[in-house]
Amino acid sequence: MTDEALNLPPAFGMLPRRRNQLLVAAAVFAAIAVSPFAIKDVYLQNVLVLTLLYAAVSQSWNILGGYCGQISLGHALYFGIGAYATSVLFVTYGIVPWGGMLVGGILSAAIALLLGYPCFRLKGHYFSIATIVIAEIGLLLVHNWDFVGGALGIQWPFGSDSWATLQFARDKVPYIHLALALLAITWFVTFLIEGSRWGYWWRAVKDNPEAAESLGVEIFHSKMAAAAVSAFFTAIGGAFYASFLAYIDPESVMSFRFSLLFALPAVLGGIGTLWGPVVGAAILIPLTEITRSYLGGSGSGIDLIIYGGLIMLVALAKPEGILSLFQGKRQKAEGRS
Amino acid sequence: MSTDILLDVQNVTRRFGGLVANSDVSVEVRRGEILGLIGPNGAGKSTLFNLIAGAFPPNEGSIRFEGQDIARLSGPARCRLGIARTFQVPRSFDSMSVLDNVMVGAFAKEPGSAAARRVAYETLAFCGLQQRAPAPAGELTPPEKRRLEVARALATKPKLLLLDEVMTGLTPSEARLGVELVRKVRDQGVTVVMVEHVMEIVMPLVDRAVVLNLGKVLAEGKPRDVVRDDAVITAYLGERHRAA
Amino acid sequence: MTTQALLQVLASGLLMGLIYALIAVGLSLIFGLMDVVNFAHGEFLMTAMYVVFGLFLFTALDPVLFAPVAAAVLFCVGALAYLGIVRFAMRAKANQGMVQIFATFGLATLLQGAAQYFLTPDYRSIGNSWLGGKTLDLGGVFLPWPQMFGGLVSIAAFGGLYLLMSRTDFGKALEATREDQGAVALVGIDRNRVFALGWGLGAALVGLAGAVLAIFYYIHPQVGATFGLIAYVTVALGGFGSVFGALVAGVIVGLVEALTAAFLPPAMKSLGIFALYLGVVFIRPSGLFGKL
Repeated sequence: MTDEALNLPPAFGMLPRRRNQLLVAAAVFAAIAVSPFAIKDVYLQNVLVLTLLYAAVSQSWNILGGYCGQISLGHALYFGIGAYATSVLFVTYGIVPWGGMLVGGILSAAIALLLGYPCFRLKGHYFSIATIVIAEIGLLLVHNWDFVGGALGIQWPFGSDSWATLQFARDKVPYIHLALALLAITWFVTFLIEGSRWGYWWRAVKDNPEAAESLGVEIFHSKMAAAAVSAFFTAIGGAFYASFLAYIDPESVMSFRFSLLFALPAVLGGIGTLWGPVVGAAILIPLTEITRSYLGGSGSGIDLIIYGGLIMLVALAKPEGILSLFQGKRQKAEGRS
Repeated sequence: MSTDILLDVQNVTRRFGGLVANSDVSVEVRRGEILGLIGPNGAGKSTLFNLIAGAFPPNEGSIRFEGQDIARLSGPARCRLGIARTFQVPRSFDSMSVLDNVMVGAFAKEPGSAAARRVAYETLAFCGLQQRAPAPAGELTPPEKRRLEVARALATKPKLLLLDEVMTGLTPSEARLGVELVRKVRDQGVTVVMVEHVMEIVMPLVDRAVVLNLGKVLAEGKPRDVVRDDAVITAYLGERHRAA
Repeated sequence: MTTQALLQVLASGLLMGLIYALIAVGLSLIFGLMDVVNFAHGEFLMTAMYVVFGLFLFTALDPVLFAPVAAAVLFCVGALAYLGIVRFAMRAKANQGMVQIFATFGLATLLQGAAQYFLTPDYRSIGNSWLGGKTLDLGGVFLPWPQMFGGLVSIAAFGGLYLLMSRTDFGKALEATREDQGAVALVGIDRNRVFALGWGLGAALVGLAGAVLAIFYYIHPQVGATFGLIAYVTVALGGFGSVFGALVAGVIVGLVEALTAAFLPPAMKSLGIFALYLGVVFIRPSGLFGKL
């Protein structure tokens, strides 16, 4: 049969949908890259850095939780490993954070594989609770481990602004670009995976493991691969966060709150989608930061009320995520054509 | 003679707790044929089917595929060797499009996504589903879902296709289309084993039939001869005739 | 460690374990009924503690008397949570589990925020209950009366739950619904009603636990998080959906926690429970008594 008889789209070369996604990504990331020219306010710049960071880490979480369907509520562990590896290597051994980032990422991926071995036998809530418990054990151990500062944490030394040590005390703009680079890389990696064999396998594992197996998909290997990639990029996010704060302690990088904060943007935006974590973070993080600073500061509780209410609202009104608002329209349009 | 045996099931026994679902079952599948696996409810058809597909291993006996013992191989490993299956209750990947569903199957042999997409399109066209390629799999009608099951399995480029009650629940005209598709699959050189409950559809279609009853092989041969077999009539047709 | 000290540790662990079991059983009940994990369970506990604290402030009566009130209030909270939130979360077509987790997590955050906003983040405690400060001396093993009261309430609650499940029509409807949700509709059982009552019952049980805990534990907006995590671990350890599993696992968790605290620094007291949980599910992936 000829291609025309099959109604084949140009199979060699990129699909139009994917090409458009790349163009949109390029435009969005370019706009963010030049945004510091318009956004001079340090507070807003801070919010932007955090938004980009959470978008990137949530995208990393999305690889395992969204695409492969393994709901981890313990990603704070990998975030913490990245933050601690970078801080210890820099403060104790004088190795620049770039090295620590890589070490933290590889260490996290290795630990994810080690933990995946027993954990991926567990299903549903048993898996999710095991991930919480493992992250809590990690938190307890770090709390009581003097070599990494115990409960006091690690203070980065003051130094001059430098791209080598990733310290910028005066000007926050480099952090925007760093966080943006992190987001762009995780987004692009997810984009590549989504179009590849692994991406298809992961979604098949999520939707129906038995059917996936009958089509030659090795379920265990698929989950392990997703866990390793996901942990690697989560740790890079943690490394960045440590250099951004220049001070870490167990609670500020490894508490359970973080595990939820990494999953939330993906869930709100649209789980298992390329733009879900980005859209989710773009709404959630500014909202959190603004309610926290304008409505009586943290501790009053009003920020939690708004935050909790919003999560409930989205979960109930738009369970497929905010992004599905647009996708519904697009699918209808495609169906008509 | 031995070279044209694609699948050789020898003296297979499978127990679930105290229940013997398959007892000393031996079945040969010849290359290029359509073999019907029939029998009343609880005869052990599904168990035998799952043993061949690799859902669980047999307690005793051997299963050889192209001469290689596959009794202990996992489902995915069997798929790579060239055994594909469908499910009695369709198990589509509902968050993905129809095309993407079939691509998962195509990736079994084609690592590149452009090549896999091409295979998937061809297979969909072969199964008469190309119009539905962009639709979400969850939105298919039940007969379309059956076709998707077959397309997905075919996309793995199998030598042996196992069909689990693909005709059940179809209207007579839908079933005729289904029969046509199975013939087309065989004409492509794929050997077919089908478990089926609806005798009227299976008998004209299959080259040979194996009748199971109470976990054992009751009769085996040309459909015409099998239907005349006394034991089969009492065990299976008799029951059905009473019911009708 | 002397035998005396060991007995003391085991006795305290047992009493705390019974209270953990009472906290966890409501969660397990709801899961068994409809496969939903309520991530606001800890906040239900917190709500009950504040209810008792508030009543104590306004009436100056003994907090022991308020346990039934707390259970009744929480029954309403649970039923409303189902009717107002969870019912809708169950309609999600995709990622239902995820939607339920986050809908109930949203509720948890909201309750925590409301407690902080209206009741301040301060740590409160109920100073004078007639149980407070008293201990029972059992041959050198000292048992504080508030914890003893908690343990007794827990045993009574489990006994009552057993009778409710096995002897009443509601119990039978509950059992039938958890076995086959579709079929019960055919015999005229209103599924929504059973679910709402199930949520009410689950919440009432944790309300009871909150009431006994309020007598001897600090009350603050984050108290739910601490006990919530223990409840999830307890339920998963016993097996989701198993009432008996929750009881056994609660007691085990209490004992292991007390033993860990006796041998490791206090900050590490949860380590024993966590290690135990992982050890059990890695060997038995659906917990001690789970059917899943």
